[in-house]
This record gives sequence, C-alpha cells and structure tokens, in this order.
Amino acid sequence: MRPLPELTPENTAFWTGGAEGKLMIAFCTACTHAIHPPQLICPKCWSEAVDFKAVLGAGTVYTYTVNHQPWGPGMQVPFALAVVDLDEAPGVRITAEVVNTDPELVTIGSRMCATFEQIDDIWLPQWEPAQ
Amino acid sequence: MTLAKATITGVGMSDIGRKTNRPAMLHLAEAAKRALACAGLTKDDIDGISTYPGKADNSPGMSPLGTGEVRNALGLKTRWHSAIPDGPSQMAPLMVAAMAVMTGQARHVLCFRALTESSSQTATQRASIPGSGRARLGGWYSYLVPANAMSASNWAGWMATRYFHEFGMTREHLGIVATGQRAFAQHNPSAVMQSPLTMDDYLGARMISSPLGLFDCDVPIDGACVIIVSAADAAKDCAQAPLTIEAMGAALGSQETWDQRADLTTMGAHDACADLWQRTDLKPADVDVLALYDGFSIFVPYWLEAFGFCGRGEAKDFIAEGNIGPGGRFPVNTGGGQLSGGRLHGFGLLHEACAQLWGQGGGRQVEGAQTAVCGMGGGFIAGSMLIRRG
Repeated sequence: MRPLPELTPENTAFWTGGAEGKLMIAFCTACTHAIHPPQLICPKCWSEAVDFKAVLGAGTVYTYTVNHQPWGPGMQVPFALAVVDLDEAPGVRITAEVVNTDPELVTIGSRMCATFEQIDDIWLPQWEPAQ
Repeated sequence: MTLAKATITGVGMSDIGRKTNRPAMLHLAEAAKRALACAGLTKDDIDGISTYPGKADNSPGMSPLGTGEVRNALGLKTRWHSAIPDGPSQMAPLMVAAMAVMTGQARHVLCFRALTESSSQTATQRASIPGSGRARLGGWYSYLVPANAMSASNWAGWMATRYFHEFGMTREHLGIVATGQRAFAQHNPSAVMQSPLTMDDYLGARMISSPLGLFDCDVPIDGACVIIVSAADAAKDCAQAPLTIEAMGAALGSQETWDQRADLTTMGAHDACADLWQRTDLKPADVDVLALYDGFSIFVPYWLEAFGFCGRGEAKDFIAEGNIGPGGRFPVNTGGGQLSGGRLHGFGLLHEACAQLWGQGGGRQVEGAQTAVCGMGGGFIAGSMLIRRG
C-alpha cells in the first residue's frame, strides 16, 4: 500500500478538501501570498493569518515524467506524473499522477483539471486533461 | 581569532560491491584504515568525527552507522563529533569538519559515509524510496510519495523533461555522460560497473522515468568511504601533499521541495556554486578535475552550468564537444562517478578528485591536475567545494 501523508494542522485542509471536490490552497490573508506546501505562517510576511481557499483546480503542465518502474508490489505502470502551475495561485505547483488519459500524451503546456482519489482519510489530488 | 586553513590529508574506500553481505562497520573500518594509511596518521591522531546523515532508516540501507557506533567500534576519543541530516547535502560533514579544524575544535576529523543499500534491498523495500514501510509520512516528501512520485528518478525525470524542453537537450547528450564515465570506470579497478557501455546500449536500455533510462541512474552498493579533514598546520607532516579547501558554498535560495523552485532548469547547486566563487580568486578556467554529483546523469549538466563551466543552456554543446570525457579539458567523474562506480553519496566522487590531485589516478590520471571542484547533491539541496594542491 502506498504511504499516506500524516494529517497536521497546516495540511489537513489540503488533504481533505477533495471530500467536497475542492482543491484547497493556503493563502496569506495579510499579503495574499499563495503558500505551498501549506504553512502555519506566511513565509513572505510572517503573518499568522493563513487561510485556505478553494481554487478551481485548473492549471498548465510545467513539466512531467512517465514512470515505467514498479517501485513496489502491485504498482501499475506506466503512469505520468505532472507538475502543474495552478491558474489561481501564483508560484504554486501541484504534483500529482495523471489519470484518464494515455500517459504518453501528456506534454508541457497541457491544460489539466484536478480530480481526487480517496484513500482512508486522505483525498489525493490527481490531474486529468481539461475537456 | 586567526582561522587555520582546512585541508584534506587522506582518503580511503572499502571494497565496494553489490550484495556484499558484509556488515557496514567492516566496510567502514576498512575505509578508515586505508584513509589513515593514505594520510600517514594513526587512530590516536583522529580527534574528530563527522558524518551525513547519522544513523537513519528513512530508506533501506541508506545510513546504517552514526557517529556513536563508529566511535565505539573504532575506540576513538574525540574533541568534536557531529552527524548532520539537514546540512548542505552529503557534503555537510566535510564542511563542518573544515569549520571544526579552522576554529581549533579538532586537528584531524574522520568524515565518513557508509551505505548498505544493495544488501538491504528486497522486493518490498527498495533502496532510496523514502518512507518505505511506514504508514504515514511528514516533511517535503509527503507531497510527492503519496502521489506515486516515490523515487528520486521521478523528481530528476521531471527536471530533465523541462530542461530538454527549454534547451533542446536529447537523450544522446546524457548518453555521452553515461558512456564517458563508463570509459573512465574501465580504468578504475574499484568501480562496480566496468564492462564497456556503448551509445546503443545506453539508448536501448529500459526506461525508468522519462526521459531517464537505466543507465541514467546510479548504482546502489554496499560500501564506505572515509575522508580526513585536517588543520593546515597539522597536515604538514602527513604522507600526502595536503589539499587545501580553497572555498566552500552552501547557499540555498528556494524552499526544500523538488517541484516548487521557480526555474527547474536550475537547482540548489546554482545557489551553492555562486556563493563559492565569491570566496576565491580562482575561476572555472583554473580547474583541472570535476567531481559532480551524478545520482542521475541529468545532474551533470546542471552542475556544469551551476559552477559556470559553460553558460545557461549550453551544457549540451559543452558535453557534445568532448569537454567532460576521457581526454577532455574538464574531465568529470574520472573514477566512473556513481553511474559506474556506485552510489557513495558524493564521497566517492571527492575520493577520486583527491586521488587525481595526488597523481594516483592510474590509467585515468589527468596530467598535471592541481585543482578540483566537487559538487554534491541534487534537486533543492547542494554543497560545493574547491580544492587545490598546496
């Protein structure tokens, strides 16, 4: 089974937002800085006024790789991993597996939208090609 | 306080191999004996010990020994000891040792790295997969591993994809890195991979994480390496000409992740190297031997550009022009590197650079080598060092 993230005060909203189909990103409400991975304090202005906001979950592939090596028992290969620049959160990238497409079709510049896979109490973001 | 200069006085490596089934401590002791013999020192001369990352089980066989076990087993009495998981890459223990001898905390520091990743690897416990066997993860890799981005080959793979896209590099360029280092390894009796490697072999090998294939990835091994860092005044009576640590760089300009750095055609190395050149009058053109971290082949062009041996985006031409292989003006990883020599986490690369400066490179010796750079680390983390004879 794949390891899951430990839920903490700074990351719970990010990992559980998918329960409502929402990609939750941390923003500083004092200076508007987008913070990822999420923190309890804004790395830019040190304000503690950090809050999560649902973003549309749309973005553009900055880079990607297609993994061919099974790293553990039961891992199905190949699959693509995409590092995606989020439209609504400047400077934030979400790295996730690409689903519902041929992995070889992913390219830099591809438009993606977020979907989620639930495992236990975690909703892992995944990318699928935008319609 | 007047600071002493820090030097390297001895290096030693165990008989490294795959599936040696030899305890890490015996590898370490063998490397330590060889390093002391190289330096002309005895165990009682050692008064400091330093390692990365310390005893750690974050992936199988990654670091079976900490300073405590080694002090006990080797019966060392020390005035300085430290193990550093969060420093400037695998180079951190060498940098801290240099600071220790410069400030008089110790005279001769035994710096070590020991790995048993080859013996520890099983079907379900893979080397270098962080968090292997744990239910829940924290830290930076908790944003990668659960997404099935489990291996550093994935992280390096997406860096390479972006670099290829921006600068027109192809797999053939990385093939020159891999086959060139193998050509060096054929003159290094301690390299784990010595059979010939052709470009066809390279291009025909299975893909691991695109665009990186099997021969773009370094080789997990069992082994240990010891490097002795000494105060310059204490180095005068050693067996080898002391190698002065001319400058070090450890700057880190972006957060500790493999995906958030604004420009992923650069990495931590670029920060660390820019910092290094501010501390010396020497220039890249003064360098004879290059020891560049090659956990994956793609890190070599990144390090070349980071150190300024060529401009941004120019590494592919620099490599294609024959600069880095045997006979090149800026030979890289002359012992075969980690791609052919085995993954000693940077220590093996520095071991080779020191051997070159002492004229001990055998059939791969770079004539007249006086000055070397070493860069350790990939992705967000890096340490850089410039060493010279005299």
